[in-house]
Amino acid sequence: MSEIADKVKKIVVEHLGVDESKVTPDASFIDDLGADSLDTVELVMAFEEAFSVEIPEDAAEKITTVKDAIDYIEKQKAA
Amino acid sequence: MMANISAMKERRVVVTGMGLVTPLGVGVDVTWQRLVEGRSGIRRISCFDPSDLPAQVAGEVPEGPTAEGGFTLSDWVPPKEQKKMDRFIHLGLAAAIQAVEDSGWTPETEEDRCATGVMIGSGIGGLQTIYDASLTVAEGRARRLSPFFIPSALINLVSGHVSIRYGFKGPNHSAVTACATGVHAIGDATRLIMLGDADVMVAGGAEAAVCPLGIAGFAAARALSTGFNETPERASRPWDRERDGFVMGEGSGIVVLEEYEHAKKRGAKIYGEIIGYGLSGDAHHITAPAEGHDGAFRAMKAALKSAGLTPDDIDYVNAHGTSTMADDLELDAVERLFGDAGRKLAMSSTKSAIGHLLGAAGSVEAMFSLLAIRDNVAPPTLNLDNPARESVIDRVALEAQRRDIKVALSNSFGFGGTNASLIVRGV
Repeated sequence: MSEIADKVKKIVVEHLGVDESKVTPDASFIDDLGADSLDTVELVMAFEEAFSVEIPEDAAEKITTVKDAIDYIEKQKAA
Repeated sequence: MMANISAMKERRVVVTGMGLVTPLGVGVDVTWQRLVEGRSGIRRISCFDPSDLPAQVAGEVPEGPTAEGGFTLSDWVPPKEQKKMDRFIHLGLAAAIQAVEDSGWTPETEEDRCATGVMIGSGIGGLQTIYDASLTVAEGRARRLSPFFIPSALINLVSGHVSIRYGFKGPNHSAVTACATGVHAIGDATRLIMLGDADVMVAGGAEAAVCPLGIAGFAAARALSTGFNETPERASRPWDRERDGFVMGEGSGIVVLEEYEHAKKRGAKIYGEIIGYGLSGDAHHITAPAEGHDGAFRAMKAALKSAGLTPDDIDYVNAHGTSTMADDLELDAVERLFGDAGRKLAMSSTKSAIGHLLGAAGSVEAMFSLLAIRDNVAPPTLNLDNPARESVIDRVALEAQRRDIKVALSNSFGFGGTNASLIVRGV
């Protein structure tokens, strides 16, 4: 697993208080990991902070799974 | 209309659950026992360095294992939820959970859930949270503000969290009247039950303003004690000649109020009954009471009227008594109201042991009044070494007194000139 994926996973575990084993790439923050809409806002802010990236509102709305987050951040970092 | 009013009079309201989080400990029994023993919960402020401030002592809730009467946050609020709430909500939840569990009330039907409401207030709300968020904005990081900032700081969110936790779908309300909040919450919730809006109400106050902004703010208003920084346990000294301001405390006191027949039917334990409630406004000054404390006099008189009692019926008064100049004004009002009946009265200020819990003070002290009736003990006024003035009223100086206590009155007065008195008795 990439360094980014590792870090994303760690942030999700920390913010949503879920077991690490549940944080699979396909896990949906809301449907599988018990987040509500405010949790997802905070999660995106935590990603922005941790990776020093800007995630605009419309992009943030499309980040609904762990994989979505990893892909978006990897793309930003590669650019 | 007349029929409704007479029906209202038939609905009596009793207390069937209690929860306390105070500078003397977490739990009703532990707090009450330490209070009666004459212990003080006032220490040098430890949650931040108070060296820059003139007032450096406060009553903080002691950290420690729950089994030993200490506060362990994760025993009350799951780690994931903790950062979504200011400390006043943490303390309020810890007291509310105790009260609800103590009452044994678990509504099984939708009808019962809709007949169970919550009215928990606070004087100030999430002050430290607002302070922290302000720094974020001031640093030019407004977009980094947590989405939980607002719901963490809002005063009515203790009521919200309690309703969500237990599924209580009845009236969801919150009193905010500075230092009278706790009494207004219990009094108004009692009336909601009397009026038939609910059968059960979880009511009280929660406060956590022992933070730099809270201490600095009240110090700026010249309200806090500053002369006992080296001897914290001596700082809160209601009616004493050397008193020099109040000592801030934090914590929460929550009761479960219940319609009497409802409580009897399910065989609930009953601590006592709320039999009188009186409210008044000073219309005088934003922080100082009027000469003779006429507002206090009228609130107590209104409470007696609503209970159908005379001063002669009252055995114990839990005074507002904050350890400020206003103590003697409250004494004036009590003397004027009680006249000769004051000679057999016990009146103490438990703020001498726990400090002033602001919005939680009234509900905590209403519980102390109920416990005074249960155990026939008047808790002491610590540090009352030399009363600033004499009175026929026994102010229970230094040590608790065993007394026959059947009916008690509890006073709370707040900035803005708001006053409330509550009268309770055993059942």
